[in-house]
Amino acid sequence: MQDQPTAAELVEAVAEFIRNHAMPQLQGHTAFHARVAANALDIVKRELEIAPAANAGEEARLKALLDREGTLEDLNRELCARIESGAIGLETPGLTDHLWATTLTKLAIDQPNYSGYKRAVEEGR
Amino acid sequence: MGAEANPLSGPLSAVARSRIPGATGISNLKRLSGGASQETWSFDVATADGLVPLILRRAPGGARDARATAVPLETEAHLIRLAEKADVPVPTVRHVLAPEDGLGHGFIMDRIAGETIARKILRDDEFAAARPKLARQCGEILARLHRVDMAALPPLRTSPARSEIKQYLETYKAHGHPHPVFELAFRWLQDNAPPEATAHTLVHGDFRHGNLMIGPDGVRAVLDWELAHIGDPMEDLGWICVNSWRFGNIDQPVGGFGAREDMFAGYEAAGGIKVDPARVKFWEVLGTLKWGVMCTIMVTAFKSGTDRSVERATIGRRSSETEVDLLRLLAPRG
Repeated sequence: MQDQPTAAELVEAVAEFIRNHAMPQLQGHTAFHARVAANALDIVKRELEIAPAANAGEEARLKALLDREGTLEDLNRELCARIESGAIGLETPGLTDHLWATTLTKLAIDQPNYSGYKRAVEEGR
Repeated sequence: MGAEANPLSGPLSAVARSRIPGATGISNLKRLSGGASQETWSFDVATADGLVPLILRRAPGGARDARATAVPLETEAHLIRLAEKADVPVPTVRHVLAPEDGLGHGFIMDRIAGETIARKILRDDEFAAARPKLARQCGEILARLHRVDMAALPPLRTSPARSEIKQYLETYKAHGHPHPVFELAFRWLQDNAPPEATAHTLVHGDFRHGNLMIGPDGVRAVLDWELAHIGDPMEDLGWICVNSWRFGNIDQPVGGFGAREDMFAGYEAAGGIKVDPARVKFWEVLGTLKWGVMCTIMVTAFKSGTDRSVERATIGRRSSETEVDLLRLLAPRG
């Protein structure tokens, strides 16, 4: 067990430092890149908070869908191969539910303000 | 950098004096954008009647664009001239560079005043009157663009649906990271590819925000013809509907400013073929997937060390945006 603050809290502090203290001193391209850097840290923070439980859920769904064991990457490669071959498709029970759950998690980490994500969340209610 | 200090300044001034009637010299030379193989420069030519605003697009030192799908700059200039004859709004090409000009490959064209940045076009008051007209205008412009005389075209690749799918499937596979949603989309596209029989036309290939110069009066010029090819005209109508180009205005499918029906009506009224919305949707799905694949391959340049910028690194995390858009298109909920 690691000590406080958590990794997510440290990353959050650095993002706040960039936005509130470093960026006001910067100009032009460097200021733009500092904003991009702070946004990247936001992704890391959300991934630290969301991914552990989400990845476990994804793995469990994949094992059930594919009826086999493996690492998360192995299972995803197997799913890709079966979709490509046509063995699994839109009509396969559980596939679209799995892809929706996985994709919504990716967006919750990567780009929670994206229009398509916000709309998809509303549509799923 | 002052024009005097720029090594381009001398040769460009000489070209302007010999090719632009009444030109006495150039000023305000500045680089606008460009990658390693292509540059865009803004400059003014002084004449007795005042300053003429111009653009130089060039590939320095004879360099060619590394992307297999991009046309040479001479071809781009040729296409812009053909489009102008077909009443497509474009900047007039003033001169295509020759070897004796000493400036590499490229061409000089008029600099059209206006805005290309989507967020300004979609939000700023100065474009408020133009916005409701843009979707129909885009349809009218595309209809004229698709009627450019095929017999007059320079050599271009022909890329109907199946070859576009194959090209992006190979790019995705070469990258190697598994994307089940992309696999599903590739499969759907292969199963739903429109029949080949449709008449092929000139296709712009990148008709969207960034390549449309827009003023308070509407679309003033269609820019960046480097991805032009011969193919299904519906490709251009589908591409501009990709959600990534709506910039948050998700309920305005055409570029975030208008309805598909307005674009289709403009297209048909200006002499385009009858629009098949299912076919346009096919190209919207393919366009969404293309942008997703492009985002994922940006990661390669970052990981290989070619481009270590944070901007390049984070664009890989935008491919998931296209995955949610693909799912909304192919497996909608609710």
